[in-house]
Amino acid sequence: MEEPRIMLAHGGGGSLMNDLIRNLFIRYFANPVLSEQSDSAVVRLPGDRISFTTDSFVVDPIFFPGGDIGKLAVCGTLNDLAVSGARPLYLSVSFILEEGLLLSDLERIVQSMAETVAQAGVSIVAGDTKVVPKGKGDKVFITTTGLGFLPEEFVEISSGNTIRPGDIILVNGSLGDHGIAVLLQRESFQFHSSIQSDCADLYSVIREVLEVCPTVRFMRDATRGGLATVLCEVAEKRRFGIELDEEQIPVHPAVAEACEMLGMDPLYIANEGKVVLVVPEKDAKKVLEVMRNHPLGSNAAWVGRVTGEYPGKVIMKTKLGGTRWIDYLTGDQLPRIC
Amino acid sequence: MELFSHNHLRNREAIRKLADEIQSVSKKPVRLMEVCGGHSMAIYRFGIKSLLPATIELLSGPGCPVCVSSQQYLDGCLELSRQKDVMIATYGDLIRVPGSSSSLERERSRGADIHIVYSVTEAISLARKNPEKKVVFLGIGFETTAPASAYAVLQARNQGLQNFFLFSAHKVMPPALRALVDEHLKIDGFIAPGHVSSITGTEIYRFLSEQYGKGVVVSGFEPLDLMQSILLLVRQAERAEPAVENQYKRVVRPEGNRKALGLLDTVFELADDHWRGLGIIPLSGLQLRDEYSRWDARKHFELPASAWKEPAGCICGEILKGLKTPKECPLFDRTCTPANPIGACMVSSEGSCAIVYKYNRN
Amino acid sequence: MCLGIPAKVIRVENDRALVSIGEIEYEANIGLLEEVKPGDYIILHTGFGIEKVNEAEAAETMRLIREIEQGLPEKQDGTIQS
Repeated sequence: MEEPRIMLAHGGGGSLMNDLIRNLFIRYFANPVLSEQSDSAVVRLPGDRISFTTDSFVVDPIFFPGGDIGKLAVCGTLNDLAVSGARPLYLSVSFILEEGLLLSDLERIVQSMAETVAQAGVSIVAGDTKVVPKGKGDKVFITTTGLGFLPEEFVEISSGNTIRPGDIILVNGSLGDHGIAVLLQRESFQFHSSIQSDCADLYSVIREVLEVCPTVRFMRDATRGGLATVLCEVAEKRRFGIELDEEQIPVHPAVAEACEMLGMDPLYIANEGKVVLVVPEKDAKKVLEVMRNHPLGSNAAWVGRVTGEYPGKVIMKTKLGGTRWIDYLTGDQLPRIC
Repeated sequence: MELFSHNHLRNREAIRKLADEIQSVSKKPVRLMEVCGGHSMAIYRFGIKSLLPATIELLSGPGCPVCVSSQQYLDGCLELSRQKDVMIATYGDLIRVPGSSSSLERERSRGADIHIVYSVTEAISLARKNPEKKVVFLGIGFETTAPASAYAVLQARNQGLQNFFLFSAHKVMPPALRALVDEHLKIDGFIAPGHVSSITGTEIYRFLSEQYGKGVVVSGFEPLDLMQSILLLVRQAERAEPAVENQYKRVVRPEGNRKALGLLDTVFELADDHWRGLGIIPLSGLQLRDEYSRWDARKHFELPASAWKEPAGCICGEILKGLKTPKECPLFDRTCTPANPIGACMVSSEGSCAIVYKYNRN
Repeated sequence: MCLGIPAKVIRVENDRALVSIGEIEYEANIGLLEEVKPGDYIILHTGFGIEKVNEAEAAETMRLIREIEQGLPEKQDGTIQS
């Protein structure tokens, strides 16, 4: 018998759709709020300062070494909350499914999301599913929205308003893994590598950091555009500049090799489990130690510092002792011949 | 892997020592031109200029295949992408380059079927998997890249593949070098492109030293390679003994890669070609021979000739010839930026303007 | 102009070769090269081997780098061979 696939009727509101909701979503995401199946989820929050974020996820292929689109959609939104200093609590999930998607693939994705939210200790409390005709989508698109509780003391973390010269820039590990892992999976490329996406929920490591250093000045996850883009955003229109030390920037050798080969720069490649932190110099060692003792930070590194020189700019000391400016990237990074 | 570890070829201490040696050897001012975007890129990326004494000036020549591709060719690419049943396969380098009215990136957003490939072999696979489509591969690049296109055309012929076409803008280096020195540009020596030379061998540069008295050193791409090559050129200049030397012996043989040269000769013939900034250079382009016209996009598709028009104010031509530097262009970093490129030198990531913008703007 | 990277040949089958670039493996085309065998290093450009690396010359380059690092030799014959 042919494997069952998503049909338009799965989004039609009838019994197929009901089956899908009950036998898949509610079964895997099981929690009392979701089981209510009411028009809106009613939840309690521990305080009145709420972090609230949403993100859509499209990735090809939908399964890649180190993760899948489901895990990505959960981690991405949880990380946006966590790097703001918030404690993630609730998620909503919206699927756009393309007619013809294998039900077994959808189940794998949902299962992976369920495992990720369970580990994170959060709940998916609302959801929606639509099906589009074959060719009008690309297998599956997922939008997740997250709510988290933001303690008063961390309200400035996402603004970066407290950053000052002398602060230290840290990252929790090697850069570019996700982008290269996904790129090398492209069907037409004849590459094989052991590079895994770094896709991970960062809350646990961030929580430990905030415990030892509540005065973290700034955090952001280095997703699309990579570390370079985050730092350009941080420095833009500020009275300080940022000085990176290329020697200290952790890059997996295989990622560096892939980049050499394809003409790309790991500083601009997407990560899905990397946080860039700006911390006061006096706390930097402590924070680094905490991260290195955590499974998500074993390669954590001190990559640069905030400086009073060249305000608004990011500069990098190269491995050879020269310097160069780091700027926003124009367009996507593409495999090049030159 | 130990043999080729970047860590060795990027050894800071060795580079500093070489810089000291260059400093002590270099007495008279020299102007050296690299004719390879890869070299320009490495020079900026590793901050090599900052390691050299003031006597040495480095210029970037016409070494970026995207930058020297003519507007007609780019417009031809766009025209092809708009045709029904055509699937374009291209290296990523071309995707954002503006033609007269648009770019491949923009055409893709309007529905053109455009695939970025790392290798021409992927274009062959696309043709095989999509028999209802005509797959056009955009062949840019010099002697390094052209043999792969030649191989693909032969493969298409051997496999009876009827829906694969090559749109060639492939070019050869020596006529462009001759055109440059014929213009009496003040250049003392050339840092010659290592990977082009791995195909062509080192003899193609002989006329530069023997007829024009220019030094030539075929160079590798790592910082130490470049520093060594610069030292060799400075020594030649100090002794007034121009010669062709090969710094990249680990890859480049004097006779080149005969098999690849044979493939080039089988499939292509030399034709006059238009180089942006340099104009028409006789016998500088590679066009498919008549026997292979079945796979020649120029023969198969009707491409209207578009009028040649350099963007107003753009000095790409002078920059490619080493007459001016990007910062001397009135458009540079004002109206012409990587996000909104006007001239080709800003479009290609290895174009002189894009490199200066990225690494050395301030 | 032409990105090229050294790759080590692992396996050869007609015009195709499995090569490794550090930890990455790639199915390269070696149709432009003669007599490639496992263990050879080739320069890879757009998925094609464009030339074999001469290991003796490569070793010489490395030897010279070590020499430079320890101080340039007194006698210079005009080239630092590599």
